[in-house]
Amino acid sequence: MHIDYLVRMANDIGAFFASEKDPTVAAESIRLHIHRYWDPRMRSRIVEYYNESGGNELEGPVRIAVQRLAGEASAKA
Amino acid sequence: MHALDFIDPGTPAVPTPSEGAPQQVTVEIDGFTVTVPEGTSIMRAASLLGNQIPKLCATSSLKAFGSCRLCLVEIEGRKGYPASCTTTVAEGMKIRTQSEKLGQLRNNVLELYLSDHPSESECCSSNNRCELHEMAAAAKVSESRYSLPAVDGVAAGRNHQGSLQDDSNPYFVFNQDACIVCSRCVRACDEVQGTFALTIQGRGFDSKVSASQAESFLDSECVSCGACVEACPTTALTEKSVISLGRADRAVATTCAYCGVGCTFKAELKGEQVIRMVPSRDGHANHGHACVKGRFAYGYATHADRITKPMIRSKITDPWREVSWDEAINYAASEFKRIQAKYGRDAVGGITSSRCTNEETFLVQKLVRAAFGNNNVDTCARVCHSPTGYGLKNTIGESAGTQEFDSVMQADVIMLIGANPTEGHPVFASQMKRRLRQGAKLIVVDPRQIKLVRTPHIEADYHLQLKPGTNVALMNSIAHVIVTEGLAHDQYVSERCEPDSWEKWKAFVSDPKNSPEAMEEVTGVPAMAVRSAARLYGTARNGAIYYGLGVTEHSQGTTMVMAIANLAMATGNLGRVGVGVNPLRGQNNVQGSCDMGSFPHEFSGYRHVSDDAVRASFEVEWGVPLQSEPGLRIPNMFEAALDGSFRAVYVQGEDIAQSDPNTTHVTAALSAMECVVVQDLFLNETAKFAHVFFPGSSFLEKNGTFTNAERRIGRVRKVMEPLGGYEDWEVTVRFSNALGYPMNYTHPSQIMDEIAALTPTFRGVTYEKLDELGSIQWPCNDAAPAGTPTMHIGQFVRGKGKFFVTDYVPTREKTTSRFPLLLTTGRILTQYNVGAQTRRTHNVVWHAEDRLEIHPHDADVRGILDGDWVGIASRAGETVLRAEVTDRVQPGVVYTTFHFPESGANVVTTDNSDWATNCPEYKVTAVQVVKVNQPSEWQKRYRELTERNTRIRRDTGVHA
Repeated sequence: MHIDYLVRMANDIGAFFASEKDPTVAAESIRLHIHRYWDPRMRSRIVEYYNESGGNELEGPVRIAVQRLAGEASAKA
Repeated sequence: MHALDFIDPGTPAVPTPSEGAPQQVTVEIDGFTVTVPEGTSIMRAASLLGNQIPKLCATSSLKAFGSCRLCLVEIEGRKGYPASCTTTVAEGMKIRTQSEKLGQLRNNVLELYLSDHPSESECCSSNNRCELHEMAAAAKVSESRYSLPAVDGVAAGRNHQGSLQDDSNPYFVFNQDACIVCSRCVRACDEVQGTFALTIQGRGFDSKVSASQAESFLDSECVSCGACVEACPTTALTEKSVISLGRADRAVATTCAYCGVGCTFKAELKGEQVIRMVPSRDGHANHGHACVKGRFAYGYATHADRITKPMIRSKITDPWREVSWDEAINYAASEFKRIQAKYGRDAVGGITSSRCTNEETFLVQKLVRAAFGNNNVDTCARVCHSPTGYGLKNTIGESAGTQEFDSVMQADVIMLIGANPTEGHPVFASQMKRRLRQGAKLIVVDPRQIKLVRTPHIEADYHLQLKPGTNVALMNSIAHVIVTEGLAHDQYVSERCEPDSWEKWKAFVSDPKNSPEAMEEVTGVPAMAVRSAARLYGTARNGAIYYGLGVTEHSQGTTMVMAIANLAMATGNLGRVGVGVNPLRGQNNVQGSCDMGSFPHEFSGYRHVSDDAVRASFEVEWGVPLQSEPGLRIPNMFEAALDGSFRAVYVQGEDIAQSDPNTTHVTAALSAMECVVVQDLFLNETAKFAHVFFPGSSFLEKNGTFTNAERRIGRVRKVMEPLGGYEDWEVTVRFSNALGYPMNYTHPSQIMDEIAALTPTFRGVTYEKLDELGSIQWPCNDAAPAGTPTMHIGQFVRGKGKFFVTDYVPTREKTTSRFPLLLTTGRILTQYNVGAQTRRTHNVVWHAEDRLEIHPHDADVRGILDGDWVGIASRAGETVLRAEVTDRVQPGVVYTTFHFPESGANVVTTDNSDWATNCPEYKVTAVQVVKVNQPSEWQKRYRELTERNTRIRRDTGVHA
């Protein structure tokens, strides 16, 4: 799946939670949203991207959220 | 002409008072006693006793008029002979409806009418009923003393016989000969439809019914709803279908398959042939009204383009090959099995349809979850109202509108956002207009000047004409005014909402950055107008919000739905009649398809697939393990198809190649798949990329239920055998069996029983109860056995309502010097959605092509004149349409509909989408518009592809 598409979607989710002042709360909300609504192949693709590149295009708390998803994935593995 | 079995009590029932019971009055009519609510007419009271007083100008859908003088009665102790339609009952009244004198008076009136009216045999030749001749027959009046002497068979003297017939409307004719100038048609147009297109022109002998200013019906303002035709007591206004096919001999009650209003109809039939569709007076959504689509545009069901034989092909460039049902089903099943074996269980999926029944939708998602073994199921609601589901679930706890349509009759201020009911939801629009004419206030929030901004007898108090894509900014500034000017309902909020979320939200909207003055530059709406409109809504006794796709189809669609719910909670406008948050659903069963678990992340009743207890209940019932992870949404399916991880899809009754944005992208994804199965009435756009075609069945050919925008479940009843041999649910059953997952239903009622067993909000729904009650609004369970018209009474379904901070985030779609205009899209009355149905009816006489609306200023600087061909280019693609120069749109904004595939409106829309649900941003696309003289490259390719990919090889050869 095209990573640009997923990064854009993740950043769109992040924009909604941008008003949340506590970045850890925002990151958790973003993580939960992705966890609940994204097909596993989309999640593993964005995690793969994060692991490979460090996720520099993920904005603010979105990067922390994906980092947590990456943690989830490696804990599962 | 009324429905076949309708007994007309002549005048409407007295409205029930909003508080307390109506005063009852007892009277005696011809020696019989009857008790009725105060304000009831003598005519209606008599009718309740089974005594039908003769009448011509009275009918119960219209206010009493008192013009025909046929319904005269005698009242003891009163002088004269009052008309029973305009005289209301009074306690102790003694009324006589028959006497020698009354008989003389009525006969005289009948003779006068008959003296200038076609003979009984002439009226009969139209196959319609003529109430005048029926009344005359009942009174035994066969001759008229006033008839003119005939000379050579022609009446000598002035009369109206031989007048010109107006047959300009494709669905009905007007014969002035047979018109008795009772004004029923004029009053139906005014009171029922609210268009005010008809009038009585001239005086005395010259009085005649006239459409607009003596125009033909087709050229007039008439919207062809047919209310006048139904109201006409004679043969003056008659359906053409009745003239050509004769009168029906039976009627079947069913639910319309067009928009989300979900009108109840009686299909009047002769054998299996539909003679006409008559809206039911006892239909809870429509109360006897209909529109041009539901009443007249059913001809597509038997159109020659219907595909009635299953077809397969191995490549999409091959011609189609007609095969048996067994071969088609087995081929599809073997392909799905092969693809899953090769690419994995998750490489296939299905799409359910908002046009199919609840039972059919439920079965397709069951097929995907249980037989395919994954959660790759989605529905067309993804591209329209998915943000409604998400936004309302999170704020108030249930993914549905809060009211019933009738609630609008108690609304004092109506805020209409991004919806165009007179075009998209015409029957509800008529009801809303009735309320507005009674004095309710109206705030329209729309970038375009929709009809309700100013239409006969209605003018919006405020039209907040915002720039496309700035909904959230505007809503925040309205909330700013509500909170900072002390208009919020603190007590309501403290009792019913989460205090933390309230405090946070209040602080957010109170921030000066959200004030109307600060947002004026963003929204383009003058701050003073925003303040005044906010005060109007904030101080209303009952404030009701109605909204449409202009809210949801944005990158901030979900945010806007939440902003609406926030505002309604803050002002205490939820949880009683007359208020609420009301999404107007586009298609007939959008609500139902969402309820039925069509989304990849949730089971029926909006319960997440990761909920172990819920999933276990389905696993027990279905006998297979189910996945706990969400599947792909429609746009994700396209992405996955392009990367090779998604190879096959079963699409029931949706045309994703036409309705989804960025057509080039969608068709590339479809072309990349190995097996696309399409089940539809016609070879639609998606079928051009399909390998298997299952003939679909129309709503006339199946049993089931639809759920309308007010959560109302209504029965769909079969009136004719499916042309392809099977109802749609039967095909899914066969497909599932061929895949090795047995389904054994023999009637859709069994599927509903399964839905009820598995879904708490449907627990009490059965076909027996639907037959008994007519329709049911879910939730329907032990707590509410007859259903729930108004939700959130006392407390929110969620428990405490939750406010969400809704920061305005501008869309990525920005105007530049290369794309300086914003394109927004919408609908038109006579066409429906992708047009597959309505394009195959006479409705094309009103709208034969999609046009691009452009403001005179923008047209002028580009040298564009009305009717010119113009190219519309966006970052996604380019198409060509004809221009309509109009100031309905503001400068900088252009607008089009997307009812015709060759228009390619979605070639230009982009794949930007709502952050929460991926609902596409149809409503905002930056474009450039230039004058051109040939079709776009896409359109040329489209024509070639249509020719190549729709060939069918039959025994006699290949047909284009």
